[in-house]
Order: sequence, then C-alpha cells, then structure tokens
Amino acid sequence: MSLGNQLDTLYRQVIMDHYKNPRNRGELEGDSLNINMNNPTCGDRIQLQMKVEDGKIADAKFVGEGCSISLSSASMMTQAIKGLTVDDALKLSEIFSAIMLGKDYDEDKFDLGDIEALQGVAKFPARIKCATLAWKAMEKGLNEQEEE
Amino acid sequence: MNAKEVREMFPILNQEVNGHPLVYLDSAATSQKPTPVIKALDDYYRRYNSNVHRGVHTLGTLATDGYEGAREKVRSFINARSTEEIVFTRGTTTAINLVATSYGRENVGPGDEIVITPMEHHSNIIPWQQVAKVTGATLKYLPLQQDGTISLPDVEETITDKTKIVSVMQVSNALGTINPIKEIAAIAHKNGAIMVVDGAQSTPHMKVDVQELDCDFFAFSGHKMCGPTGIGALYGKKKLLENMEPIEFGGEMIDFVGLQESTWKELPWKFEGGTPIIAGAIGLGAAIDFLNDIGLENIEAHEHKIVQYAMERLSEVDGIEIYGPKDRAGLVTFNCDDVHPHDVATVLDAEGIAVRAGHHCAQPLMKWLDVSATARASFYLYNTEEDVDAFVKALIKTKEYFGNVFG
Repeated sequence: MSLGNQLDTLYRQVIMDHYKNPRNRGELEGDSLNINMNNPTCGDRIQLQMKVEDGKIADAKFVGEGCSISLSSASMMTQAIKGLTVDDALKLSEIFSAIMLGKDYDEDKFDLGDIEALQGVAKFPARIKCATLAWKAMEKGLNEQEEE
Repeated sequence: MNAKEVREMFPILNQEVNGHPLVYLDSAATSQKPTPVIKALDDYYRRYNSNVHRGVHTLGTLATDGYEGAREKVRSFINARSTEEIVFTRGTTTAINLVATSYGRENVGPGDEIVITPMEHHSNIIPWQQVAKVTGATLKYLPLQQDGTISLPDVEETITDKTKIVSVMQVSNALGTINPIKEIAAIAHKNGAIMVVDGAQSTPHMKVDVQELDCDFFAFSGHKMCGPTGIGALYGKKKLLENMEPIEFGGEMIDFVGLQESTWKELPWKFEGGTPIIAGAIGLGAAIDFLNDIGLENIEAHEHKIVQYAMERLSEVDGIEIYGPKDRAGLVTFNCDDVHPHDVATVLDAEGIAVRAGHHCAQPLMKWLDVSATARASFYLYNTEEDVDAFVKALIKTKEYFGNVFG
C-alpha cells in the first residue's frame, strides 16, 4: 500500500533502516566532546559525543529521542563524519544544509552515501528541523572546540 | 446544532489539502474563523479604522464604540460584574504574565508558596517560576492522579497558609482534563491565597462564569474561540486590579504626565498602554456574538458527542494509547504503536488531516506521562463524525505504512 509518491520520497527504505537499526547509537568511553541539543518546538533531544584526535573525528556516538527523520539523520551523520577532518565535517554540514534547502551543492568532494536519501525532507518544510538537529549538534561541538 | 451547517460559515474548511478534503483537528492550537468574524475585521478596516479614546472626529468615535462595545461583550460572556474588570491583552500568555509580574512580585515574598499543577501549559508555569526566583518564594505542584486528574484531598493538603497564589488551567490542552476550579478556588481562599485561572482551553468550549467560579483572575485568548490572533483578555476582581501597578507604560494609560512623575487612568485602561488591539477586540466581539448565537451549551454537547465517538473508534484500533481521563473536553492525545508522533502527523497530513504532534507546550506533563511527545486531535463546533472516521481511517493507514517500511 502506498500513500503516494511524495510520502515515499520522505520515508525512503534506507531512512527506515537507519531508524530501525541506528548506527553509532550509544555513549563513548573516556574523554570526548559532549553536546546536548533540543528541538524546543517538538521535544526531540540528542546527545552527541565525538572524539577528535589530530584534527580528525576518530569516533562519534549519539543517544536521543525523536522521530524517524531525526534519528536516522543522526545515525547517518555519525557514520559520515567518522574519519573526516574537523574542517571537512563542517563542510559536509554545509552541504547537508544546502540539501535541506533544496539548493544545488557540490558533491564531488564527499561520498554522501545514505545521506542522499534525506533529500526528500526538503519537500516537507515542517520536518527540516528534525533532520538538521544532529548536524547542528555536530557543528556546535566542533566550532566550540576550535575556539578553545 | 447542525455541525454541517456550521461548517458552511468557515470558508477555510472548504478546501483540499494534499489532494484530500481538509479535516482540521487542531482547534486546541487555534480555531478557524467564521465569516462574521472575517467580515467584522474587514468592515473595521474598510469603514471606520481610527485610533480610540482620543479622536474628536467621527471615525474615532466609531472605533472607540467598537472597541469598548467588544469589552462589554467579553464582560457579559464570562459574567464579570463590570467592564472595569476586563483588560484586553495579546492573549492568555500576556494576561498571566501581567498577573505574575504586577500582582505576584508585589504580594509574594520569601518563604511564601505559589501552587500550580504539572499539567499546566508553559504559559502558566514559567511566569510563576520567574516570580519565585525574584521573590524567594517556593513553586509547589499539586500531584496528579493516575488518569491525569486532580483530587481535592490533595489540594487541601498542598495549599497551606503560606500559599499566596494558586494558578490552574480550567481545561488541559494535552489531557482534556476538566479541573474543579470552583472547589480549588474555595480551598485557596480558605488559606488566604488568590486563585488564577488559565481559561484558554475552556472559554471557547463551555459556559464560563467568573462569579460562579469565584476566581480572582481569569485569562483567555480570542484566537482559540473563533476570534482573531493577538487578542485576549484578563478578568480580575476590581479590588485587586485597583491596587495593582501597570507593567507597560506609555500612551493611552495615563491620567496626567509631569516631568518627573505621572498618574494612571482608571480601570481597565491603566493596563492598556499604547494603541490597543482595536481590530482584534472588534473581531473577538464578533466571535462572541457568533458563539452566543449557536449557544455554548450546544457547542459543549456537540464536542462531547464527537470526542466520545472518537474515543470509541480509536479503541477499535490496536496499539493506540490514549492519555488522560475518560470524562474529558473535546480532544484526544495519543500515541500509535512505535510510530513517532511527528511521523504520524506527517502521514495524516498527506491525507489532508491536520493534527498536532509534539509536547503541546507542556514539557513537565510529557515527563509525567514518561513520553517525549504525543499526537493530539482536537475538536470544535465544526467537526463532524465524518471527520473522526477520516482520521481513524488515516491512522490505520499510517500503522500499515510504517508496518510495511519497518518490515
């Protein structure tokens, strides 16, 4: 049964897979960047932890409460940033913002992989904030540690 | 009351959303507006837009008559003794903040208590948190029963002679609970406290009589009762309002202005600094006329029938958890299996059905329910059993849809 193509562009199989089987869900041991972020309009919450070693993101994990879009986006984000330099992770976040706004983006530099499945969110303006929550947490954590 | 005929008076309902007839089940967030209200706003702006209380000219008089006429309509609607007791505000939030900031900070001190409930809307929590912070008072919460109701023995126990203010919502926007305001007010008064009522969810749906409730302050919003956004009212007992300082100063609210000191106008205008919400008040007056024509008792009976029907239909669907008491106002807050309420709301929207998903501005209540969010369908005079049928059908589709993608 289908509720129409538009819904199917939002709830892609790969999104539901990340929702059902989130990658990197849990907490890191030892010292790490620790960011808590809420979406005050709807009650979604994420705690993101990242380990940065030699300017690279060595590990990332999250726990949180939220809808399929926000949790799958967190899962995909943690997967994508592992191994990236801090600068590249922030660049990837910019690309993700562009995707959410339905803008063109330069994808040559990164393998977006599963993240491309979230493109459909751009057509559901009320859900964009769900998708960007984890990314904003990542940006906040990395920007703050750069300032230190 | 014939809901199908009533619907005809709400032009917005006659449209398709995402290829389906609109089923609007979010009236607890804001109600739709009937033609007479839209016409009243249009008429004001086209025919007699002008500032009030100052123009000698004809339009100024018409605007003043419209604005003050609306105040009399509000007075009569909630049965206040006089229009001096009706202050126009931007809405419920502003009204409660006025009481908290003006009355609260002046009359509450260290060691005193303010009593509220965990089911309150944020607008009836945070103003009191701020008063407690500034004055050194304690903010206490009445406990809730398992079904989200308040028990009077608990009220007797919680309110003490240290309690200065009790503030409770008459109807819960998240649970639909109808609270025993009159009884709570009596207990508050017995202990020397004043009773503040958040009437945002009751005033649109049931007959409110502030003298019968014997509350000291009563706040409500126009936009939830077929009126425009940006207008609401605060009722306060004259004796209390007289002794309160304004919190906004400027034009309109003054008696005499000197270089160093000024004096205030009489009630209620001393609380209405600046050019008031003229069009909004006139629109609210039209909404009151509209509701009175239909009859609050008819609206209440209709919503009771619809919400009971909704509860019955929802009980036929597996995996639906409903929050709140059986006996309730016209809304149902629920969760659906493991599907997050945002996802429920998005799928329902694709079927043209508007429901609310989230924490309903009641985070402490969500914590009490031990959920991060819920979905809510809320009903008003224009909703029909057909709306409920469409809603339940779409909810079953939602379950199937997510059942499939979860595979």
